[in-house]
Amino acid sequence: MSVNKTAQSGVNVNGSSVSGSGTNQPHLPIYLDYQATTPCDPRVVEAMLPYFTEKFGNPHSRNHSFGWDAEEGVEKARRQVASIIGADEKEVIFTSGATESNNLALKGVAHFHKDKKNHIITTVTEHKCILDSCRHLEMEGFKVTYLPVQQNGLIDLEQLKAAITDKTVIVSIMAVNNEIGVIQPLAEIGKICRERGVYFHTDAAQAVGKIPLDVNAMNIDMMSISGHKIYGPKGVGALYVRRKPRVRLEALIHGGGQERGMRSGTLPTPLCVGLGEACAIAEREMGAEVERLKYLRDRMYNKIKEQLPEVYLNGDLEQRIPGNLNISFAYVEGEGLMMGIKDLAVSSGSACTSASLEPSYVLRALGVEEELAHTSLRLGIGRFTTEQDVDYAVEHIVQSVNRLRAMSPLWEMAQEGIDIKSIQWAEH
Amino acid sequence: MKPVTYLDYNATSPLRPQALAVMTSVLQEAGNPSSVHGYGRAARRHMDLARQQVALLVGARPENVIFTSGGTEANNLALLNAGDRRLLVSAIEHDSILRPAREMAAQIIQAQRSGEVDIEHLEALLRRDTRPAFVSIMMANNETGVIQPIAAVSELVHRHGGMLHVDAAQAAGRIKLDIAALGIDFLTLSAHKIGGPQGVGALVLGQDREITALLLGGGQERGRRAGSENVAAIAGFGAAAMVDTGAELARIAWLRDELESLLLSLGQPITFFGRSQGMALPQSHERLPNTSCFAAGSKNSETLVMALDLAGVAVSAGSACSSGKVRPSHVITAMGFGAATAGTAIRVSLGWQSSQEDVERFVAAWSSIQGLQGATAEAAAGVFSVA
Repeated sequence: MSVNKTAQSGVNVNGSSVSGSGTNQPHLPIYLDYQATTPCDPRVVEAMLPYFTEKFGNPHSRNHSFGWDAEEGVEKARRQVASIIGADEKEVIFTSGATESNNLALKGVAHFHKDKKNHIITTVTEHKCILDSCRHLEMEGFKVTYLPVQQNGLIDLEQLKAAITDKTVIVSIMAVNNEIGVIQPLAEIGKICRERGVYFHTDAAQAVGKIPLDVNAMNIDMMSISGHKIYGPKGVGALYVRRKPRVRLEALIHGGGQERGMRSGTLPTPLCVGLGEACAIAEREMGAEVERLKYLRDRMYNKIKEQLPEVYLNGDLEQRIPGNLNISFAYVEGEGLMMGIKDLAVSSGSACTSASLEPSYVLRALGVEEELAHTSLRLGIGRFTTEQDVDYAVEHIVQSVNRLRAMSPLWEMAQEGIDIKSIQWAEH
Repeated sequence: MKPVTYLDYNATSPLRPQALAVMTSVLQEAGNPSSVHGYGRAARRHMDLARQQVALLVGARPENVIFTSGGTEANNLALLNAGDRRLLVSAIEHDSILRPAREMAAQIIQAQRSGEVDIEHLEALLRRDTRPAFVSIMMANNETGVIQPIAAVSELVHRHGGMLHVDAAQAAGRIKLDIAALGIDFLTLSAHKIGGPQGVGALVLGQDREITALLLGGGQERGRRAGSENVAAIAGFGAAAMVDTGAELARIAWLRDELESLLLSLGQPITFFGRSQGMALPQSHERLPNTSCFAAGSKNSETLVMALDLAGVAVSAGSACSSGKVRPSHVITAMGFGAATAGTAIRVSLGWQSSQEDVERFVAAWSSIQGLQGATAEAAAGVFSVA
């Protein structure tokens, strides 16, 4: 087997390639769903491979060299993960992914402190695994405040301050939203939480490697990290757990006592190594990558805006990671739009719920009307996206929207200046 | 000296080439199985195939296979579903059962000197209380390899209105498993013990069983286990599950028996845990074909394992866990052996790459460490060729 050494040479996907390789014709379909998952960087795969073969030992086997080799790989990875968020390696525990990290952070802290405190604060736009964990805790008797977000997707810090009580144990606010890419004011939130003596957890699955993160400067007590959102493998993630002042939590998975008792189970050495390598690459290359993606993202957005009226960007443009656009196209029908751009692998909502036809709860929380929420596209670009990919995508989106609008009586009426909302539709 | 002989397959198995091949390919594909576009659907197809493959390994229906991050998570998930039932677990379970069981105030089923659970004690515990029970007993023990009488346990548990969870992490791929025939309600599997990758396992449900999730979120695995699926590892798990191990197991059993014959021939008093004694007695129970656990001499387990490692042979003193300190095995203690014997126990476990040379090297190193006469690799090999 051979693995490409350079990142920009493309990654095999279904026998084709995620990116174009020098020709003018991009490989189809074009992958524009980098917030759902990212292809594993070939350099990451290469770092993992020895741990599948000659260094296959159980990292917890403490009495022979097969175990030591594996442990060495795991511990190097732990340092790499710690480094990108400014943490100490002893504060990083490996998990099976951000979903587990989020479950562990919320339930773990809530259960440990249940005798003294019973209140949790989060936001309405969190990932499902935070919201579902909170609902579960509510059933156990905890109180949860779900902070609303403003029209730009960001929380109001004054509302956060007002929500904290002396019963509040933890505030969990995501660093970057998975659908609209907006960046919450982490340092400000951290400062408020530290002053009020409550833990601050942030789901940084979409943020690591995309924005600078420093757990100390931002007063973050816990942080969830995902492998497959940062060009690492699926099936691995991490939870940062602050040691000073120490965060106490109850384990979710009990057993051999690995990860300092906070998470039992044999660590998957190759996956941990892959996560570590992904962090190391992200830390090294983030500066240049952000600039490149910003250029591509702006190119995409500007070209769409130039060619199409009545398109709306969901979420703040400034406080946003460069790899994300979330755009609603008025006067088209959502399913028709998706069918029209079959050459583009995009999502019309969070991957976890994208098979459902419910409008995105994130967009609804911004106040986006149901019709516009249904016609939104999440365009996620990343490390292997090329300029050709972007231009091809824009061309197809514009064509598809124009075709659908040409068939739409609503669009025709809107062009004639009729206010659609004022129409009283006859019953049939 | 770097160890060249790996005899610690019960801790983890090297990845099988069938699994490595599929994983190397899938790792380089993008796609989240929850996405509806082509990349997502391709990932979903890998999941569906692996689910069928793993289901075939244990005679289950594919929709009853729930992929987890490993055996430990699967065990925790199973016990979470004991609900209001009183929990009974055996004394020889893995820590991933014993630890959560302790939190849940479980009652402990005793083990016998043979290494099997004491089924009469189980019956007494079941009779003592009319509240329905949730029983967790492993299919085969990770330290001794002793196969537990699960068919009888299942009959007994269900006669008393209980539910049965079986941790088959060590048994899968080494003995035939049929979840329906055995009437098991919940079954735990671990990929890296069968030559699949670390970081994936499964909880398999018996017919008409349902569970409450431990990890909540995106609704993956039919809402039974949230989190973006570990597609490449799951595909590797499926590939490992499909390997036809018949001939391989016969070879491994032969190597294990040869290893024990060679150790006996050294003349040192030795106790093989869980091995039926003598040909005259009917085989009351069996062991996994790959495992040999024994105690001989007075050197403690940790000293032996370290010395063997220096001699290039990797074995274990018990289960690999986080402590870093070798304690007398709770399994061997539960079988009624004193701390002195338990503290000198060694586990040798073979697998798909094990060879005659590995057995010879182990016996030679062992003889040398124990200071036995004629302890050379050549001598060991000589005995081997005669046998």
